[in-house]
Amino acid sequence: MSGFVVNAVLIFFLVLIAFLALRLHRLFAMVMLSGAFSLVAAALFVVLDAVDVAFTEAAVGAGISTVLALATLSLVPVEEKPHKVAIIPAFIALTTGVLLALAVTDLPKFGAADAPIHNYVAPDFISGSENDIGVPNVVTSVLASYRGYDTLGETVVIFTAAIAVLLIIGGWTRDRRRVSKQAEDDHAG
Amino acid sequence: MIDTILSLTLAAIGLSVIIAVTRASRGPTPFDRVLAVNTIGTLIVLAICVYGFFDGRPEFLDIAVLYALINFIGTIAILKFFRHGTLGDHTIDDHTIGNHAETEEEK
Repeated sequence: MSGFVVNAVLIFFLVLIAFLALRLHRLFAMVMLSGAFSLVAAALFVVLDAVDVAFTEAAVGAGISTVLALATLSLVPVEEKPHKVAIIPAFIALTTGVLLALAVTDLPKFGAADAPIHNYVAPDFISGSENDIGVPNVVTSVLASYRGYDTLGETVVIFTAAIAVLLIIGGWTRDRRRVSKQAEDDHAG
Repeated sequence: MIDTILSLTLAAIGLSVIIAVTRASRGPTPFDRVLAVNTIGTLIVLAICVYGFFDGRPEFLDIAVLYALINFIGTIAILKFFRHGTLGDHTIDDHTIGNHAETEEEK
């Protein structure tokens, strides 16, 4: 019961922060609110016992994403452009949300022991890890061997994304600032 | 008894989060917002500690310590970005610094 109240309060905070961020037009405030959103989401994951997901959310969502968004802010104006409500994207987003909410009712209960994930492949991995792979840590053998290609693909995607972000944000800010400084000097001279 | 105290503490932390969120959305200067988001992080750390004891799992304390570190580093990164305009490359002169801070304060 107490867990239910805590979850409800945290989800209420998420909705509140999301609505406040939607209402604002100043981009810096939006970035700050999205950082707060990630922190509250991380707390929700801790309460749901998904501590590893919570760490990722706190480090990437609240940390790196906020800094990257701030770096992007140095390239764009301070205020959001006024625009009309886009009907088709709103419709697609709402439909997807409703479908996902309907799908949640089909999931096994939270923490249920007879959920398929606990009975289908997990026992095979746990009992076979020692003979198949020879690594005592089951998490390591699943990540690095049973789904090694998946992990390799993930690493390639993240590496590519990091290069792209560095090329866009890193290179551009430096050039632009240099140009604006030169223009200022010309003006002064 | 102890459960009552802990649940009252959780409620007080929740109220403080609402106040901090208001400050983060109202502004008026960017530094108010940075401070508000840092405060929300600290409150979340406190809430995780209190919830750990409330739920009989005091090992949540370790998670809370790591969160406090991440929160601190995040705030430092944001403030460093304000000071230098970039992260890591400090060859830019001081008069280009903090463009966003100035433009927001002027309004």
